[in-house]
Amino acid sequence: MKILVGVKRVVDYNVRVRVKPDGSGVALDGVKMSINPFDEIALEEALRIRERGQATEVIAVAIGPEEVQTQLRSALAMGADRAILVKCDAAVEPRDVARTLLAVIGQEGIGLAILGKQAIDDDAGQTGQMLAALWDRPQVSFASKIDIKDGVAVAMREVDSGIETIEVDLPAVITSDLRLNEPRYIKLPDIMKAKKKPLAITDMATLGVSLAPQFKVLKTDAPPQRARGIMVKDVPELVAELKKRGVLS
Amino acid sequence: MSRVLIIADHDGKRLGGGAARCVTAAGKLGAAEIHLAVLASPGGPIAAEAAQITGVSKVLVVERAENAHPLAAVLAPQVVKLAAGYEYVLAASNTFGKDLLPRVAGLLGVGQVSDLMSVEGPHTFKRPIYAGNAIITVESPADVKLVATVRTASFAAAAGGGSAPIEVVGTEAALPAHTRFVSLNAANNDRPELQSAPRVISGGRALGSAENFKIIYALADRIGAAVGASRAAVDAGYVPSDLQVGQTGKIISPALYVAIGISGAIQHLTGIKDARTIVAINKDAEAPIFEVADVGLIGDLFKIVPELTALLG
Ligand SMILES: Cc1cc2nc3c(=O)[nH]c(=O)nc-3n(C[C@H](O)[C@H](O)[C@H](O)COP(=O)(O)OP(=O)(O)OC[C@H]3O[C@@H](n4cnc5c(N)ncnc54)[C@H](O)[C@@H]3O)c2cc1C
Ligand SMILES: Nc1ncnc2c1ncn2[C@@H]1O[C@H](COP(=O)(O)O)[C@@H](O)[C@H]1O
Repeated sequence: MKILVGVKRVVDYNVRVRVKPDGSGVALDGVKMSINPFDEIALEEALRIRERGQATEVIAVAIGPEEVQTQLRSALAMGADRAILVKCDAAVEPRDVARTLLAVIGQEGIGLAILGKQAIDDDAGQTGQMLAALWDRPQVSFASKIDIKDGVAVAMREVDSGIETIEVDLPAVITSDLRLNEPRYIKLPDIMKAKKKPLAITDMATLGVSLAPQFKVLKTDAPPQRARGIMVKDVPELVAELKKRGVLS
Repeated sequence: MSRVLIIADHDGKRLGGGAARCVTAAGKLGAAEIHLAVLASPGGPIAAEAAQITGVSKVLVVERAENAHPLAAVLAPQVVKLAAGYEYVLAASNTFGKDLLPRVAGLLGVGQVSDLMSVEGPHTFKRPIYAGNAIITVESPADVKLVATVRTASFAAAAGGGSAPIEVVGTEAALPAHTRFVSLNAANNDRPELQSAPRVISGGRALGSAENFKIIYALADRIGAAVGASRAAVDAGYVPSDLQVGQTGKIISPALYVAIGISGAIQHLTGIKDARTIVAINKDAEAPIFEVADVGLIGDLFKIVPELTALLG
């Protein structure tokens, strides 16, 4: 079984992004970029499945500009067998990402796709579920545990009411939640080895996909700021303040 | 005039808190009718609750044995059938809606607006990106069915007291057998629900253990509050995952939020921005949580929390 892992290049989660004063977007010049944290978790899970002998190959796939090669090399250093970059300089909506990944799935004969539950830049949380719909296969969103056996995945999902367990036939799409695993660290020799691993570059036209954006972003605003608060010196003062504000009786 | 279809969130027994907030959002679209769909088995009791939300013109109930558990792969083809004749399909941006709606959008061949936070016009919406550090205004073509999840913290729940007609409908949709429910390990729920509680007491990594977290529960119980937590507290196993507040947990809007031993990482703050009053208790005067707190108290939580609990008794 081959596993596809979606890898998105995003602003590192430690960076506090700023909106450009003219409202045309967020300032990205010189900002540290990383693999979307959920995609690292997705990749780690794929590697563990392969290491258990339940998959033959892990393929990291990214849609994005030339620079995404840096993140794909990190994915290879982590342990992916090979990588595919679908070059595209424009911003790609989740629906088009899903359509593109589906084309790769068709070409590669993928048995399991693991994506992140959300990309921390657009916070859309759509691609995995859309891909499963287009592929007409099961989805396990927000997975926190995966067991694979005899063509079936039994998975735990973090839902608002607790932990749900479902069973799906493979092929399927899984999206990773934070507690699925803790991604391994990349060691120096792995970085050297990754340089020799195959990284294929293609584009949407070759895959037979054309971009069809639906939404127009009219402007980008900074969020409203909260008014500056006050400090109290002890517990009685805190209680008095909260009573004054009417939030405690 | 346009029509809105809202897919009601529920736990199989009771209506969830998201539906009434979606109705408020839908009310801003200038639509002629707002219909609420309940896909459940049994559907009756949930539909009866849904019918009481003011602003709902009709409740549609789809009762099929397969709908006993909310599996997106099973519900989505039915929603697609229902969605014919509606310009908008909405659901709450909780795990129910986040799982289901993108699959619906995928089957419909359209995109989705996630976490819709304000309606600027019938086809123009605001939504947060980058953990709420930026807000974008997006426009969708008028002739494309709009699928959106609604950021519940941005909309008050529509009032009760209504009596919308309930219509039982069938969907011919063929349902897949490739996805099967196994079990739900539900959090024990004698406490107020995190997403709708007017008061929330949250603890962070500083609590140090599940045992120590009891002081958070004790304080919460004293004032009838729900309990929340930071990711660090969940990851460390002090509390179950459904208590996580933040970008990748629950987004909440209580009247009172008390963050105890939580540093205030951006991923946490995005979950509490809509709280009316934020209180921070932290021993580090430089903790970023104080930048957003309305009321701050610097000190050791293991001293402050018991004292606070005692004083409120
Ligand atoms: C992709 C991604 C998604 C994430 N999503 C979320 C999310 O949804 N929600 C979330 O919360 N986090 C999320 N995080 C994690 C987030 O970045 C922080 O790591 C996390 O919120 C920190 O939790 P904390 O504040 O409890 O712990 P810490 O940052 O360790 O803070 C502990 C605080 O306790 C204080 N303290 C220590 N001892 C005491 C004492 N005795 N008395 C009083 N104060 C004390 C310290 O001064 C410190 O400020 C996410 C991270 C990533 C990468
Ligand atoms: N441009 C992209 N390239 C590769 N994978 C992507 C891309 N965009 C999204 N994904 C995958 O889809 C997941 C969810 O993204 P989103 O729906 O944008 O929140 C991400 O965690 C990735 O695994």
